[in-house]
Amino acid sequence: MERIPILKMGPFLLVTIQVDLYDRLALTLENDLINMVSKTEAKGVLIDISAVSIVDSFMGRILGNIASMSKIMDAATVVVGMQPAVAITLVELGLTLAGVHTALDVEQGMELLRNKIGQIDTDEEGLYDSFI
Amino acid sequence: MIVLSKEKLSIQKEQDVVLFRNRIKELATKIGMSLVNQTKLITAASELVRNMLRYGGGGITHLEIVSKNSIPGVRLVFADEGPGIKDVTLAMKDGYSTGKSLGLGLPGAKRLVNEFDIKSEPGKGTTVTIIRWKNGL
Amino acid sequence: MNKESAAALKGKKKQILDTWMSNQTKDAALRDDLMSVAELQQQSEEFLNSLLKAFASSQAENPDSAGYEPIHDILSEISISRARQGFSPRETSAYILSLKEVLSQMLEERYKEDTTVLYREIISMNKIMDSLSLVTTETYIKGREEVILRQTSEMSEISTPVIRVWEGILALPIIGTLDSARTQVVMEALLEEIVATGSRIAILDISGVPTVDSLVAQHLIKTVSAARLMGAECIISGIRAEIAQTIVHLGIDLTNIYTKATLASALKMSFSMLNIQVSKAAQNGQIGSKQNFGF
Repeated sequence: MERIPILKMGPFLLVTIQVDLYDRLALTLENDLINMVSKTEAKGVLIDISAVSIVDSFMGRILGNIASMSKIMDAATVVVGMQPAVAITLVELGLTLAGVHTALDVEQGMELLRNKIGQIDTDEEGLYDSFI
Repeated sequence: MIVLSKEKLSIQKEQDVVLFRNRIKELATKIGMSLVNQTKLITAASELVRNMLRYGGGGITHLEIVSKNSIPGVRLVFADEGPGIKDVTLAMKDGYSTGKSLGLGLPGAKRLVNEFDIKSEPGKGTTVTIIRWKNGL
Repeated sequence: MNKESAAALKGKKKQILDTWMSNQTKDAALRDDLMSVAELQQQSEEFLNSLLKAFASSQAENPDSAGYEPIHDILSEISISRARQGFSPRETSAYILSLKEVLSQMLEERYKEDTTVLYREIISMNKIMDSLSLVTTETYIKGREEVILRQTSEMSEISTPVIRVWEGILALPIIGTLDSARTQVVMEALLEEIVATGSRIAILDISGVPTVDSLVAQHLIKTVSAARLMGAECIISGIRAEIAQTIVHLGIDLTNIYTKATLASALKMSFSMLNIQVSKAAQNGQIGSKQNFGF
């Protein structure tokens, strides 16, 4: 069966979606990813959708689910590289992906995740808080 | 309105959806639709075809290139013989769903296209017709 | 129009064409700078052929019948091309009206003896030609509308430059009214530029937008939401006092959006969001000392 590979990079999990998703594939991804978060105790999940040309309400819901589930397991989720046409369409559709962090590319996404982890540590020490 | 080309595609399983989307993309590219408008059309089609599979048990889709006042557009018809929708007005409301979805499918699809028409009869099935014009907003 | 008149007119085709042509060229309104005489001659001959054929058809009296279809096509083509070339409405309708004059003359000659028939035939011919003249005017207006539409879309594209004001910061000064069509162009241009430059912040300056109603606000909110989905943040600047008033009076909720009164303060805010420090160079002439960003 077709599967989307999940890479582990230090405390983060990295997923690059290269194909257009159909529902079952997206559901499998949600399942695999959450299991991986639990198994590896990942602190962050980065999903690169720069090659995805269609995100409809189902796919949007999967992204939201992944973010909420990861959050319960103490991992931040960031979706990177959404195409302008996809973003315009999602807004028109009425889907704002509340609770999902976004970044322009993998590099900025990684930076954001690192800051998130840093923020948790520093918040505990109460030193400073950063914008991101 | 004139119909310039016409084809039929049967949707019975999820994998058919990928082929269906690609075919719409080809048609939209052929009439020179912008990328944003293409994405809106395909996303709307994706919502409707999911409804057809999930609630109508699959069905037939018609893909057409049409032209009105010499402006081309893509018209898609989704016809199933499922249980139909009892209250169409309610189904067109944001956030309403009989399943476990977000309830954005029908109203969202309507916002993404230029023309939207739904006919449903309980026990007989549902037919949804959408049009997106080449430069429609 | 009876068969006899149709045949008579057909027999005089050469003469009609010549008189019509000389009428058209004589007319001070003819713009030989816009169209050559040879071109006009060819166009007119083609038109006359179709018209005489339609006169001879069984449904000659009905200008909407199938026989007149090619004539409508030719006329539409002529009017639209004339509208685009900049002919005035008078010049455009003179085309068909000058032919009407010639046809009247011909019928007059043919029925010199019988004024009753002459009267009937002239009325009938007038009816057909008037209806054709209406087609000319209608399509002429349509042609002009197309020109206006094209110019509007060109204008909205020209008037939305996306400026890179700093590494990672874009600015988009919006000038003029924001309608749905314009918003789409603006939104697309901005989002494309965000991807192309990898900018994390976009400033939408609305100093040049005359009024903000709920529709414009909705368009702005959509643009901000789309940019957020892509991972960029927007700041709306240039909000004048009267615009702030209308926004509150209309009950538009902008609480989830960063707003600033001026472009300068929006830029300042972007700097702090990106952790950039900008300060004046030291007084003692040292330009751009270590901690400072030199201007």
